[in-house]
Amino acid sequence: MRQARGFLAPYLLSLPSWVYLLAFFLIPLASMLGMALAVGDPISGYTMSDNYQEVIGAFTGYESSFVRSFWYGTASTVITLAISYPVAYWIAFYAGRHKSTYLFIIMLPFFVSFVIRVLAWEFILSDQGFLLGPLKALGVLPESFRILSTKWAVIGGLVYNSFAYYVLPLYVVLEKIDRRLVRAANDLYAAPATAFIKIILPLSAPGIFAGFLLVFVTNVGDYVNAALLGGPGTYMVGNVIQDAFFQSQDYPLAASLSSILMLMLMIAILLYSKAFGTDAIQEYAA
Amino acid sequence: MIPAPSTRHDVRLENVIKQFGGWTAVDNISLSIEGGEFFSLLGPSGCGKSTTLSMIGGFESPSAGAIYLDGEDVSRQPSYKRDVNTVFQSYALFPHLTIFENVAFGLRRKGVKSDEVTRRTNEMLELVDLAGFAKRKPGQLSGGQAQRVALARALVNKPKLLLLDEPLGALDLKLRKQMQIELKRIQSEVGITFLFVTHDQEEAMAMSDRLAVMSKGRIEQIGTPADVYDHPATEFVASFLGASNLLPGTITAQNGAQAQVTLEDGAIITLPRAVLAQIAGDKVKIGVRPEKFHVLQPGEPRPDGWNEIEAIAGVSVYLGVSRQYEMESKTGRALSVYAQNSGRQEDIPPGSAVRLTWNPAHTFAVTGT
Repeated sequence: MRQARGFLAPYLLSLPSWVYLLAFFLIPLASMLGMALAVGDPISGYTMSDNYQEVIGAFTGYESSFVRSFWYGTASTVITLAISYPVAYWIAFYAGRHKSTYLFIIMLPFFVSFVIRVLAWEFILSDQGFLLGPLKALGVLPESFRILSTKWAVIGGLVYNSFAYYVLPLYVVLEKIDRRLVRAANDLYAAPATAFIKIILPLSAPGIFAGFLLVFVTNVGDYVNAALLGGPGTYMVGNVIQDAFFQSQDYPLAASLSSILMLMLMIAILLYSKAFGTDAIQEYAA
Repeated sequence: MIPAPSTRHDVRLENVIKQFGGWTAVDNISLSIEGGEFFSLLGPSGCGKSTTLSMIGGFESPSAGAIYLDGEDVSRQPSYKRDVNTVFQSYALFPHLTIFENVAFGLRRKGVKSDEVTRRTNEMLELVDLAGFAKRKPGQLSGGQAQRVALARALVNKPKLLLLDEPLGALDLKLRKQMQIELKRIQSEVGITFLFVTHDQEEAMAMSDRLAVMSKGRIEQIGTPADVYDHPATEFVASFLGASNLLPGTITAQNGAQAQVTLEDGAIITLPRAVLAQIAGDKVKIGVRPEKFHVLQPGEPRPDGWNEIEAIAGVSVYLGVSRQYEMESKTGRALSVYAQNSGRQEDIPPGSAVRLTWNPAHTFAVTGT
């Protein structure tokens, strides 16, 4: 009897999580997939159909937004990696006993609401704002120059908002790396740059990998940055879904687009794991 | 004179100083190590031996002085250009690489051709008896195996000098003894100069051709294990290398090859005059290793020409090969006496008065206060 209880305990303890996932993830997911195939409108109600042509139509109609989402997502994730790696590296190896202070400083902007932070960027980058205004008045920049509503404003916003989410997983793996390994690599004729490529980089691969997933998935589905910092030419799938849901109230379209996005992300992640999985990276390093 | 084989390379340190902020870790040391020699730096933690090793390896540069490898000044050469390899105390094996790739790492960095890398790496794995482990990762090895991989990874590069930073410290006693013999075997096979750093005097004595005893950033004495053990130059060396009995006295006569020292209690000790060569002034402490004392039976005459002092026996500890006695001299100084378990002597009960005798040649002396 006691053994049976001990055997059941882990399942019982995880029961609340299972109930939670079922109620707030699996049921809505099923309902979203169902809605993608439904026909009707909010007033007269919906009926299920087997009209998967509708789903394919949703994709072909907004193909350019999908492409843009993946392109912005990839670009912003790569740039975030390039910026956050040196920062995480410095904190892990050189910040000494002030490590947590620096991590706190990096987290600090995240205590402010996400939308407020993006609005602040809109204010900073606005065409006649305090940054671009004086530069234009001085003739450094032409009058027609603008950052807002370009793709760089959107990508910049995505980078800014994902910075801390990349620093943290990188910091966690870098902090665990034994510095004496670098010394050993130097001893074995590896110059500092080689030691970094052959030792530090492969050992930090799990952090690069985890951070990439975290940031890429979030950024591909993002719509706030494109809505506030972008313009008509920077519409991402997230914006299309938002419009379909809130403005035209075309729930089947919104659900179709969401389902397609989800499927594409899953395929992308699968391919990514195959190609750049931690093991593959470490084997390459040898 | 026969020229040294080309695989043997010498190392010379000249007036090397290393300071960290206001703290002097290495205080003006000079030493020279011959090509092919097994040389040890021995001392307690914080004596500067590891810092000295770091400077020779190129991980630290000296604040002053110079390091010569094969006559070439390498003081400012970074570690990755220096033809010196290290076996680290923590082994520092690369956890993401296989044993084969760990060992091949240095050869690949030097741009050795791939088939030669394979050949030399496999040869080296065989030398350290790990041929079947090439595909494993460091995490799958025992401490002793990891230690041998660290050794192979350094030796495969055929460096001019191999540095060993307390490499046996993490192993248990039995394995350590095995590895000591193994290291000596490998060193005589490859003929590379070994510089071994340890705080374990027994280990240093068992393995070294010569050793340097360090304390507080300075070298106290350099010599063969026998030199340093039998004729320690300072009180520190005497006490660091095993137990020793030090008795203060005054030099009262020096003529011919002999000298005489009068102890506190008036006993007169004879010793070779050469032993006093380094003593300044006439205050001296004469020293005798515990195993050099012989306990005389009541009424037994002492061997001709030997020294004799009186003592009271205290408690003893039985260690199988010997029995170790704590004794007290007439003036109350603690003495340590080891009696070999040869079956020729009865145990001495605590409290008995005994006479201790020893051969004058087995006396050493350090400057007294």
